[in-house]
Amino acid sequence: MASVAQAIRMALHYGEKNLGVKDIFGQDVGAPLGGVFTATQGLKTAWNTPLDERGIISVAMGIAMTGDRCVAEIQFADYIFNTMDLLKIAGNTLWCTNGQTSLPMVVMTPVGAGIFGSVYHSHSFDAWASRLPGWKIVMPSNPLDAYGLMLAAIKDPNPVLYLKSKALMRHKGEELIPGEPSDEKILKSMIDKPVQNSVGWRPRWPDLEEYTVPIGVGKITRKGEHITVVTYSRMVSLCVEAADKLAPEGISVEVIDLRSIYPYDWSMIKNSVEKTGRVLFVNEDTEVTNFGEHLSYRITQELFYQLQARPRVLASKNLPGIGLSPNLERNSVPQYNDIEMVIREIVAEVP
Amino acid sequence: MSKKSTKSTSKAKAMAKSKVRTSVKSPAKSAIKMGSAFAGFPRELLLRLHSLMVKSRVLEERLIKIYKAGEGYFWIGGPGEEAFGVALGLLVNKGQGLEHDWLHLHYRCTPTMVALGMPMIDAVRLMMNRATDPSTGGRNFAGHYCFPKWNVAPVTSPIEVQYPLACGTAHAQKRAGHKSISIVTGGDAGTAEADFATCLIWSSRKGQELPVLITVQNNGFGISTPYEGQHGETEIADRARAFNIRARVIDGNDPIETYLALKEEMDYIRKTGKPSFIEAKVSRLYGHSSADGANRKTELVDPVLTFEKKLIDAGLLTKVEAEKIWDLYEKEGVDAQLLARSEPAPAPESVWDHVFVNNENADWRKF
Repeated sequence: MASVAQAIRMALHYGEKNLGVKDIFGQDVGAPLGGVFTATQGLKTAWNTPLDERGIISVAMGIAMTGDRCVAEIQFADYIFNTMDLLKIAGNTLWCTNGQTSLPMVVMTPVGAGIFGSVYHSHSFDAWASRLPGWKIVMPSNPLDAYGLMLAAIKDPNPVLYLKSKALMRHKGEELIPGEPSDEKILKSMIDKPVQNSVGWRPRWPDLEEYTVPIGVGKITRKGEHITVVTYSRMVSLCVEAADKLAPEGISVEVIDLRSIYPYDWSMIKNSVEKTGRVLFVNEDTEVTNFGEHLSYRITQELFYQLQARPRVLASKNLPGIGLSPNLERNSVPQYNDIEMVIREIVAEVP
Repeated sequence: MSKKSTKSTSKAKAMAKSKVRTSVKSPAKSAIKMGSAFAGFPRELLLRLHSLMVKSRVLEERLIKIYKAGEGYFWIGGPGEEAFGVALGLLVNKGQGLEHDWLHLHYRCTPTMVALGMPMIDAVRLMMNRATDPSTGGRNFAGHYCFPKWNVAPVTSPIEVQYPLACGTAHAQKRAGHKSISIVTGGDAGTAEADFATCLIWSSRKGQELPVLITVQNNGFGISTPYEGQHGETEIADRARAFNIRARVIDGNDPIETYLALKEEMDYIRKTGKPSFIEAKVSRLYGHSSADGANRKTELVDPVLTFEKKLIDAGLLTKVEAEKIWDLYEKEGVDAQLLARSEPAPAPESVWDHVFVNNENADWRKF
């Protein structure tokens, strides 16, 4: 099975070969490194930029303004904050010009904790991103979705933020990407740059097929009856683990992998919560003005009288940073035990 | 024109000439050579420059009147930048698509838009936030033009972001293999923003140079803060020189000098694919914006009146002819205001239009 990094790489290759992507760029995105997570190794249109996040975003905007397709990378979301006003402008350009100037561009950036990356390699960006009207925002949780969402992002005529979990980059999934060799050793030999003697190396791309995950469409990863857990990105596998562990105890957990932050799959959430009457939102951005709070608010507005328990948001503590020591990170970002405990609490709550 | 302003103009010219230092080959000689009072410009071109400069001035003064009459909420614009802006607009390879020049303009670009062919009514519609405003549909301030049919990128309120965007369009132009270029304008105060440095860095990387004409309209102020309070460098052009970008300082109040300099640098960029830099000294005749009163600063050089006087003195234009031109545009401005007044405001429910392309729903209540 491909890793998320390999899936993104294959999606970008498919994009430059078939979907008109002409530029894939960012710091260390081109040769020789091919991205700090190897997600852009061997790509024909990948190139290195100066160490200048604002330059990366604005050049992407300029390229997109001409109608050319590009994928830009900010090496870590932790360093995207100095581009915030440019992201605002990219999101409002179509609106400000009354529909005249669109910016079909993809910005991808690694997000979240889980790699013990300390203060500036652990930031999340989903809550911030949700406050950028005009952007679509996606967050894959596995390689197949990483591939399908990247293709959807490239094809979308709007600016799309593609938030990829740092900790998931080497994570492998359970489903093959269409065209991916079933033997992961073969895939590795085809598309991974050798660690030694890589001079002159060229990838041999598998015969990949088009596969898109529509933006705005979630996925039910575990069906259940007693509680709905709405999550995305790295937290999906932890929530699924909790669902599987609790099932033998008779606690039936429905897990929704939202996949897109904006637009989001409200009908999937609504239908599920109407059935279960209980809901937990899990993500790893900080807890105050968290995107999960918006969803929780909407639940209380639209489904208040169908609820059997208070909706809850489980997110990272509202701290200035995530400390390097595992003791600090684990006490800042939701962990498996936190998720299991809160699910148990909500299920036990009596109206 | 006062003696003082004549002196300062001459001084600026002399300074400009002395500061044209190039780090690469000398500029190709322009088809139109300097020498005579009007550098051998055909009369037709001189009168066209004058007419468009007057048109832009009358239009800006109309916009200020609209603001002061309470028919618009805010005015910002470019009276004082007519010599630079009109010359630029006339020299652009105008059109849509990569084979044409891209323009990344600041909010004092009305003269360029007028020279490109924008009718007055379209600036008035923007000023009066009408639904018919072709740039923004009544969503944005005066001077925030957007004309895709001429590759005029949307003007933004955050200053200086247009500079690195020009590197993006130039990158696409270069790849497409055309001789088109990207042109960026902006103020002197904004050069303090990191985006200005971004433009210098990205456009000048060795072997990866970009066809960008980087210009700064130096009016000596950032809102109320004088130039001296913001700059340590002798000339802003020195910053470009540090990146091996060919750079010059010109008197942007002189349409002839500006026209020649722009043409020369545009030719150089088209020929070499490399960036070039022009710092143009200009006047800010009505202050920063309506926020500081939008009142005429009589002590500053007026490029329109100065040029007009030169033409009259040289017998290329009579006073009567000049007055007719002012009157003609004044009438066009008044008529535009009357027409815009009769046009609809944007509908309240249109706020959700164009959040996403093709009006795909962006309202979460409808997800």
